[in-house]
Amino acid sequence: MMVHGEAWTIKELFTYPNEYIYWSIQIVMYPFMTGLVAGAFVLSSLYHVFGIKQLKDIARFSLVFSFALLPCAPLPLLLHLQQPLRNMHVMMTPHFTSAIAAFGIVFVTYGAIVAAELWFLYRKHFVETALALKNKADKSAYETVMYHVNNLLTLGAHDISELALHRDERAIKIMAGIGIPVACFLHGYAGFIFGSVKANALWMTPLMPVIFIMSAVVSGIALCMITYIVTMEGRKFLAKRKAAACPGESCAEIESVEVNVIRMTAKYLLGFLVAAISLELLDLIFRGYTAVKSWDMLRRVIYGKDFYNIFVFQYGLGNLVPFILLLIPGLTIRRAVVGTLLVLLGVFMMRWNVVIGGQAFSLTFAGFMHYHLPIIPHDMETFREGLFGALFIIGSPYVLFFILNKIMPVFGMKESH
Amino acid sequence: MITRRKLIANTLKGMAALSLPAAAFEILTPDRLNAIIYNDPAKVRYVFLVDTNKCVGCGLCVKACKNENEIPYDANVTRTWVERYIITRDERHEVLEKVFADSPKGARDGFITGQIDLGHGNIYMPKKEDIDKAFFVPKLCNQCDNPACVQVCPVGATYQADDGVVLIDRKWCIGCGYCVMGCPYGVRFFHPVHRVADKCNFCYHRIKKGMKTACVDACPFGARLIGNYKDPDDAVTRIINTKRVGVLKEEFGTRPQVFYLGLSMEVR
Ligand code: SF4
Ligand code: SF4
Repeated sequence: MMVHGEAWTIKELFTYPNEYIYWSIQIVMYPFMTGLVAGAFVLSSLYHVFGIKQLKDIARFSLVFSFALLPCAPLPLLLHLQQPLRNMHVMMTPHFTSAIAAFGIVFVTYGAIVAAELWFLYRKHFVETALALKNKADKSAYETVMYHVNNLLTLGAHDISELALHRDERAIKIMAGIGIPVACFLHGYAGFIFGSVKANALWMTPLMPVIFIMSAVVSGIALCMITYIVTMEGRKFLAKRKAAACPGESCAEIESVEVNVIRMTAKYLLGFLVAAISLELLDLIFRGYTAVKSWDMLRRVIYGKDFYNIFVFQYGLGNLVPFILLLIPGLTIRRAVVGTLLVLLGVFMMRWNVVIGGQAFSLTFAGFMHYHLPIIPHDMETFREGLFGALFIIGSPYVLFFILNKIMPVFGMKESH
Repeated sequence: MITRRKLIANTLKGMAALSLPAAAFEILTPDRLNAIIYNDPAKVRYVFLVDTNKCVGCGLCVKACKNENEIPYDANVTRTWVERYIITRDERHEVLEKVFADSPKGARDGFITGQIDLGHGNIYMPKKEDIDKAFFVPKLCNQCDNPACVQVCPVGATYQADDGVVLIDRKWCIGCGYCVMGCPYGVRFFHPVHRVADKCNFCYHRIKKGMKTACVDACPFGARLIGNYKDPDDAVTRIINTKRVGVLKEEFGTRPQVFYLGLSMEVR
């Protein structure tokens, strides 16, 4: 009879009989996805709160994207549970000494803030669309649906006078302002879930939440950049095809906007990247210097078993190379694509090295466990906690984004402010 | 016509009305509930004593536990297990002493060969003349006084009874695995049939009836004993209070309540 965890764990030397890699790929995905949510939100707030004008174009985009990512953050946790149908127990009997217990509350609070900010941002659009569709004769089925959706979304507030819109703007600013600490909390909290496990020598550090926040912002910005580039390229392609027919936006126009936005965003990405790496190195150096009991084992994992994952993929390919790529002046789109993809790889590897690396050694400090990601699923468990489960999680925000974009168009809107 | 003001006012009133009956119920913690059902629960604190000097590694306790507590016999998880430690003088490694430890299948079938499985198909067979010392250490849940597993359970499915035993509510556990990660002793696992967290509970169904745990009854050498620490005349209590006993991994601050006679520094 197969025990949970046995399918992907290989043991070496002396481990306790019940030890397996219980937290697998979905627990890698969980901080990765929450990180993206928080990061995307922080990026949008840089414009809304701090008024960094150059980020105006990407701000609206990343806010909607953050909202699309939001429902996908708890998904990995759900897939990971042995009893997924009981998930509501966390809300029914939250046991607050546990770091996971408040997850639902933090998460819903954050979701409400993003939703509110989006509503204020798009209220004018909802009203206008609803009005336009209302007066239109012979609506198609799609238009009828859109009319009702938009009408509903106005929540009965049809006032789009100058004064009302001005108030909206203030509300957006406040929401974005409250949102930053909450977004950081949401993710620092994910770090705390790991950092507070005293049984795990690799996880237990008070730096964990801060490290998680920094790398979260890095990954969120990177994902927004890459998605932004892809959508812009798509629009460029469409504009080229339509160029003869309708003289709207021209390719050159889109191109220059795109490059400017990307260059500006890359600067912020670099800043947060430096902060993230410094903290991670500080943690590593501190552990090596103080060399408490567990260090003997950690050293063998960090410099031995996981050397490639940590120093080649995470620090090398994931941090150093994109750092150089993005730092060289005259950033081109192509270079930005490579750089941001590598950054995402780096952050993913960091999550991997924390979650899987933290279970690579036994609680006995005298044995190892190796993780083998299930690729071809042969039952529900190896699907949920395998490659395809992870890909499902990665893919789902794009589907949501596609739908959201229909209701809250990200591009081609005239800014009211 | 409902105005916005009216709507808000009515919502607030409705919420207040709803919360009134909710306040009429008292929320009972499992501790309180226990205290009500068993009149004076505070008279018992179960503790365990393992005399490693007496253990011969036969594994009868593991077998008995698996059968008693319905842990599938062939599944590679177990509520209790026995570890073997072999400390050798190993010239090859040019260190004076080398520690080997193992617990094949949790020692369910006892230790029948001198071979040690190192994993990856490597087997090590220490020479008799190289062995400095060797001994067995049975392990089980420590029913900690400050249990890390109870602290981290997000839904309260893992809880501690007044008599010190840490229990799991199989109907409420969501299977997040946080407790499995939180326990420094690696005693927790997922039950392959029920798909919830599982671990030793000192055979709670037996001790509550005044019986001994299955492993205590199964051990032919008296290496395992269970007692009540709140009773000063209890045999186990007297040994704990008067002899030199040790506990496992006290640096985690869990205050384990399984005591060991003859613990050695090599024990993990
Ligand atoms: S030994 Fe582990 S499972 Fe048992 S009470 Fe202590 S922390 Fe909990
Ligand atoms: S696996 Fe069950 S008992 Fe353990 S922490 Fe999660 S919900 Fe609690």
